[in-house]
Amino acid sequence: MLAQLLTFAWNAPSVDYHALAPEIIVAATIVVLIVLDAFTGERSRWASSSVAGIGLLVALIPIATLAYDGVDRVMFGGGFVVDNYALILQALFLVAGYVVILLSTNYIAEGDYHEGEYYTLLLSSILGMMVMASARDLISIFIALELVSIPAYMLAAWRKRDQKSNEAGLKYYLMGVFASAILLYGMSLIFGITGSTLLVVIGAELGSYVSSQPIITLGIAFVLIGFAFKVSAVPFHQWAPDTYEGAPTPVTSFLAVASKAAGFVAILNVLFIGFYGRHDVWEPLMWVLAALSMTVGNLIALRQTNVVRMLAYSGIAQAGYILAPLAVAGATLGTGGEALRSIVVYLLIYAGMNLGAFAVVLAVSRKTRSGDIKSFGGLFSYAPTLTVCMTIFLFSLAGIPPAAGWFAKLSIFSSLTSAGTASGYILAVIVGLNSVIAFGYYGRLIRVMWMDEAPDGDRTPIKVPASLSFALIITVAVTLVWGVFPGALTHFTDQVNLFSLLR
Amino acid sequence: MKDFLNSWGISLMVFLPLVGALAMLVVPKAKEQFHKVVALAASLVVGFIGILLMTNFDYDASGRLQFVIDKAWIPIINSRYIVGIDGISLPMIALTLLIVPLCIIYSWNHFPEPKNPKAFLILILILETGMLGTFVSQDLILFFVFFEVVLLPMYFMIGVWGGEKRQYASLKFFLYTLFGSALMIVAFLALYFLSDPIEVGGQLMHSFDMRILPELATGISTGAALFIFGGMFMGFGIKVPMFPFHTWLPDAHTQAPTVGSVILAAVLLKLGTYGFIRIAIPILPGAAEKWAPFIGLLAVIGIIYGALCCLAQSDMKRLIAFSSVSHMGFVMLGIATLTTFGFQAAIFGMVAHGLITGMLFFVAGSTKDRYHTLDISRLGGMLKSMPHMGWILGFSVMASLGLPGLAGFWGEFPAILSAYNPGLGLNVAFFRVLMVIAAVGTVLAASYLLWMYQRVGFGVPTKEYEDDPHLHDVTFTEWLAWTPILVLIVVLGFMPNIIFKVTDGAVERTIAIVNGLGG
Repeated sequence: MLAQLLTFAWNAPSVDYHALAPEIIVAATIVVLIVLDAFTGERSRWASSSVAGIGLLVALIPIATLAYDGVDRVMFGGGFVVDNYALILQALFLVAGYVVILLSTNYIAEGDYHEGEYYTLLLSSILGMMVMASARDLISIFIALELVSIPAYMLAAWRKRDQKSNEAGLKYYLMGVFASAILLYGMSLIFGITGSTLLVVIGAELGSYVSSQPIITLGIAFVLIGFAFKVSAVPFHQWAPDTYEGAPTPVTSFLAVASKAAGFVAILNVLFIGFYGRHDVWEPLMWVLAALSMTVGNLIALRQTNVVRMLAYSGIAQAGYILAPLAVAGATLGTGGEALRSIVVYLLIYAGMNLGAFAVVLAVSRKTRSGDIKSFGGLFSYAPTLTVCMTIFLFSLAGIPPAAGWFAKLSIFSSLTSAGTASGYILAVIVGLNSVIAFGYYGRLIRVMWMDEAPDGDRTPIKVPASLSFALIITVAVTLVWGVFPGALTHFTDQVNLFSLLR
Repeated sequence: MKDFLNSWGISLMVFLPLVGALAMLVVPKAKEQFHKVVALAASLVVGFIGILLMTNFDYDASGRLQFVIDKAWIPIINSRYIVGIDGISLPMIALTLLIVPLCIIYSWNHFPEPKNPKAFLILILILETGMLGTFVSQDLILFFVFFEVVLLPMYFMIGVWGGEKRQYASLKFFLYTLFGSALMIVAFLALYFLSDPIEVGGQLMHSFDMRILPELATGISTGAALFIFGGMFMGFGIKVPMFPFHTWLPDAHTQAPTVGSVILAAVLLKLGTYGFIRIAIPILPGAAEKWAPFIGLLAVIGIIYGALCCLAQSDMKRLIAFSSVSHMGFVMLGIATLTTFGFQAAIFGMVAHGLITGMLFFVAGSTKDRYHTLDISRLGGMLKSMPHMGWILGFSVMASLGLPGLAGFWGEFPAILSAYNPGLGLNVAFFRVLMVIAAVGTVLAASYLLWMYQRVGFGVPTKEYEDDPHLHDVTFTEWLAWTPILVLIVVLGFMPNIIFKVTDGAVERTIAIVNGLGG
């Protein structure tokens, strides 16, 4: 009887282990980390950061072989897809995660924060991101999102004796849960109308409803607003600056780059596969979110005195740039593909330059013990290499060649103008004006580093630990190489497409 | 040799300064002599390659793009690494190749505070790459990249080595130009998407290739073309700078270190006018025709307004800066006529202004070194205390006000004359009015320049500088840096054909495009 029931209920899906290998490797590394932490003494805790880093790098190997193979692999009834889009983003999450580990190594070890748990949670979050890149089903997207977020709530409050860190964690948690609730509500509406959680099915169903059903509009809007919290788009951004400032800086870099990218990936998945037919609903929403995010983010960033807060607001503005192509993505499949690729390009470049900027902030605060912009004064006189690195990252964020940011921005401009609509051109001009505003604060930090005196006259050189130097080398190299030879990047992003599932 | 130049010449010329900069980057800054020698050597070798290119240039076919290199760069948007030299870019390149080594020589012994020759010279070399790259680019995106690269070193040069209000001036300079280039890149992309696609490797793609864009852009509707031209106008016009976008210039010039001012005046401003001649007008002649009266009007307002501002200045460097606004007005007037004659005058005016105003900024810098002030009312009797310097200043002033026989004349006079007969379809009466007003501008130029010279050069030194030991005459490095410029001002004054002959073919071709497709 029992056996009968089991065979009836359990119809094992065919599993392509090659396609799942990256996730399996990361999951295995998490297990190793837990075991290592539980069964070794305090003295060998240092190994956990190396194990975590190696685990992420090993997971890159199956990604390379899968990319070389080049076949799209569809699993679990279409709910999980490994294609070029998923692979390039998984690679991004792995490398970004690796750089975050490099940034964390000394910070966590010296602060005597529980190392084993830290890396376990970090890798869990990264695992969530990797699943997100492949998820093509509302439920798996939601699970991936929670797997990304819940470890991140704890990481944000990692300095548990620090009030600000507690505030950061709590705020992030409350806002995150609130956003999840909205998201789930939107998803349930969509499920109710279409009868499926599979994005492909939802896409076909929604596309067939020509007449405007308010409930569809509501569902789409709720889902997108839920994700807008995750990517800290204005007006759903209030948690970001406080969380970023209070969280340990390596965690901040993780939230600002990897976690945010995961939110964008979720938006891309649902928009391009699930909701593409209803672009009349989401295009205006995205237009407003993009324009507001970049303008408000930049204007508030101008007034910040703390470097991390400034980078937080700059991140909000950058989220606006990234959302911008979505405002015109629905016109034709051509502009849609253009928008998708430009966003992927932006996410990759953004990860490189922003992680780099955080690496420099970390290195400098090792000496100054402060996040004040003024504490960067005179940096050029005692740490010229760090200054040059930071200058490259800031110019990149501002979108000035030859640092890679210019190509990211060019892709955004290009996708906005390719639509050929008035709203696209107007948004492009808004992006242009915002780049000018943004230089106001990027330029100020550059000015402080190069042109001001050291605030307390202390000019002892900064000792940069090896892992931080390595992180800087990676990010500088990426920022410059992609800036001078954008072809090295577009060679990969060129293959990205989400429409292959649409019929 | 010729083969080598054809396939490598331009790339070598453009990127060699960067190689020099990289070599300097790895050597500690204490070895000042090393840095100076490497920087000078790099700029001289670059100059030598430039001379090789110029001697191998086919002057009978100056309208044809020569030494062309065409390589894939960003395949996904069909943006290519296309560089080449023709008669329009050649004089600009020659100017850049000349000014950069002279600036390094001039700096040899007096680097502005806070010294650090290593960083200063690296910035100059990066600047050289940016400037040369802009002048040789034949692809809009490549052009844009070099155009922006120029900003960075200049920003630091003003911000770190500048005068008291350097931070304000450098940021203003940067934000203004960034604003212009943000609109310019949107315009470039709109042009890209609206122009006809071509076949690349079996598939239809749009193109950024400046060589074929005039042809591809014919299909763009008039309304769209007007907007696109407007975007480019903002990008180039702010750089020139045209009235009313000129306000960054006096601040930047006044606060910049001497060498920064010289490069800014001699080459950077020309990036804007060059952009009009090379990109905006030939690609969108129809829109250019509609915009031309407006550009002409702003140019003439710039001439008069700049001159009036000069009369109100008490600071010598600020006066020269405003005179730049006025002089670039003549260049823009020549361009606005859309005639061969006007374009020729404009290009000559660009070179002449580069040499003369560069020279004036050199002298102003040396004056500041000695007097520690540029307040005109406190200077005086320069001819008595430093006769050579006084004469050089006088000579540059004469050249600047357009004295026949010196280079300035051939930039100004033909530009005014060209407005008498503007190109196809432009309102003749309107341009003749502009011509008359511009002519008044030359009188004003004479008055502010001579008045300045009278107060600085003539008379007796004021009490505070009577026996000042710092007032020594022109030094050896200064002679070395200035002589080539002074000689060129005279030579070009007597033999303007040196430039007119080079530009002739290329300008003819450009105007043929304008006339053939415009209207």
